[in-house]
Amino acid sequence: MKVVAISGAVIGKKTLTAMKYVAEKMNKDFPEVEFDLIDLGEKDIQFSDGRNYTEYQGDTLEVTTKIMEADALIIGTPIFQASIPGSVKNIFDLLPEKALRDKVVSIVVTAGSAKHYLVAEMQLKPILSYMKAQVLPEIVFIEGQDLFRQEIINADINFRLDKLVEDTLIMVETFKELRKKQEDALF
Amino acid sequence: MAMEDYRINKENGLEFGLYSLGDHMPNALTGKRVSAKERIDQIVAEAKLAEEAGLDFFSVGESHQKYFVGQAHAVILGAVAQATEKIKIGSSATIVSTSDPVRIYENFATLDLLSNGRAEIIGGRASRLGLFDLLGYNVNDYEELFEEKFELLLKINENHRVNWEGNFRAPLKDAEVLPRPLNDKLPIWRAVGGPAESAIKAGLQGVPMTITLLGGPLPIFKRSIDAYRQNLKIKSYNPSDFPVATTGFFYAADDTKTALRELYPYVDQGMKLANGTGYHKRLFANGADMNDVMLVGSPQQIIEKMIYQYEELGHQRYLAQIDFGGMPFEKVMKNIEIIGTKILPEVKKYTKGK
Repeated sequence: MKVVAISGAVIGKKTLTAMKYVAEKMNKDFPEVEFDLIDLGEKDIQFSDGRNYTEYQGDTLEVTTKIMEADALIIGTPIFQASIPGSVKNIFDLLPEKALRDKVVSIVVTAGSAKHYLVAEMQLKPILSYMKAQVLPEIVFIEGQDLFRQEIINADINFRLDKLVEDTLIMVETFKELRKKQEDALF
Repeated sequence: MAMEDYRINKENGLEFGLYSLGDHMPNALTGKRVSAKERIDQIVAEAKLAEEAGLDFFSVGESHQKYFVGQAHAVILGAVAQATEKIKIGSSATIVSTSDPVRIYENFATLDLLSNGRAEIIGGRASRLGLFDLLGYNVNDYEELFEEKFELLLKINENHRVNWEGNFRAPLKDAEVLPRPLNDKLPIWRAVGGPAESAIKAGLQGVPMTITLLGGPLPIFKRSIDAYRQNLKIKSYNPSDFPVATTGFFYAADDTKTALRELYPYVDQGMKLANGTGYHKRLFANGADMNDVMLVGSPQQIIEKMIYQYEELGHQRYLAQIDFGGMPFEKVMKNIEIIGTKILPEVKKYTKGK
């Protein structure tokens, strides 16, 4: 199974802190999973110009290819100006229309204010649904006060991130089963 | 230009042709790939077999990406012209955006002379963008490159002397583009993707269209074809002067399940290697339904479906894609044989003179 986690912030450390915890949990408890954490802050990603994802070069090609090959994505996003940032939206724009079909996607949000809670529900989930992802219903919402100097200091967040990782993997297995049943009935 | 200028004769019924994208992919089951030479030889042989089976049209596409061998599609068509005598030949498609229309016309007028008046152009905009870098064009000009060059191509076809000025090539002053085709003009079609938006452009321009259906629900494509004819009327053209060609995946076997099972790995792999995403199996399975455009099933089912589509769409030509995704050549041969012996006679019987 291939899982790709994305830290979607190009500035700041909160999202990356949360996603590093996700990576630790994954590597510790599920070493059999082929796991990759992509930090968009370290990548030089170009804006989508509408071409097929295989036709980009450099970091852009590397990131799109990894996503397309994954069974599951764990998207970590900050909220800027009551919105997912352009860096995250651009990733979706780089991919084909139904790129997330047969992929499980789960969401981790870091935000400076509890007022941003519905941003992922109302902005991110519709995009994921349009791209045909199987979205894990529960998201992990992290506020600034849950973090201190690049550490998670609220155990509740640890518990919920642990669950998110576990549930993501269970979802992949479950949907694989579902898909198999659907396809076995075909031809 | 009217239907006869596009070399379409009602008495001949619905035209049945084959189109190859010129792909060069490994066999989806064995992973083995024939050499580029062998693949080109296969394409020429496919045209010859199509002619022998009584098919009306054969075309090869231009692509400049990995897993394709039709970069110089006009050259391959030259070989097809020599290997055949009656079958009409064309491009599917010629990427007009990244070529000089004068050179395209020279190539295809020459092809028309070589083939004794059988050459046609289907002009497209490219579904991939890598060739813009390769051939030195800017992707930002994607739309304008095509529109300007396609207009020029049409102008060259209509006029012996061309005066023209545009943004993407040097102006033409009283230029004579030679040679002229055998009967002075070539049928030039516009390649159109599935959505209505693209078909509308062909209608507004007053050119025949070849529309890509591949697979999917018939009513969606019917909307596009209706929109095309409606927009011809808006521009005061008569829709009965303009032929429509449809294109799609085709595979005949003893029964539907066998046909689906045998074709799927090739279509899935072909899409993956060409576009980076495979063909979803459940959507593909819809191909067996009467209301899906894909022609996959037993010969009898395909006959019924073709006639149903003809009733619904009123098109003049159907182009089958039978060699995609590394399909073994024996299977291609077998399909041509089934088309020629079982399907074509029935479809012609029903559509002749209509």
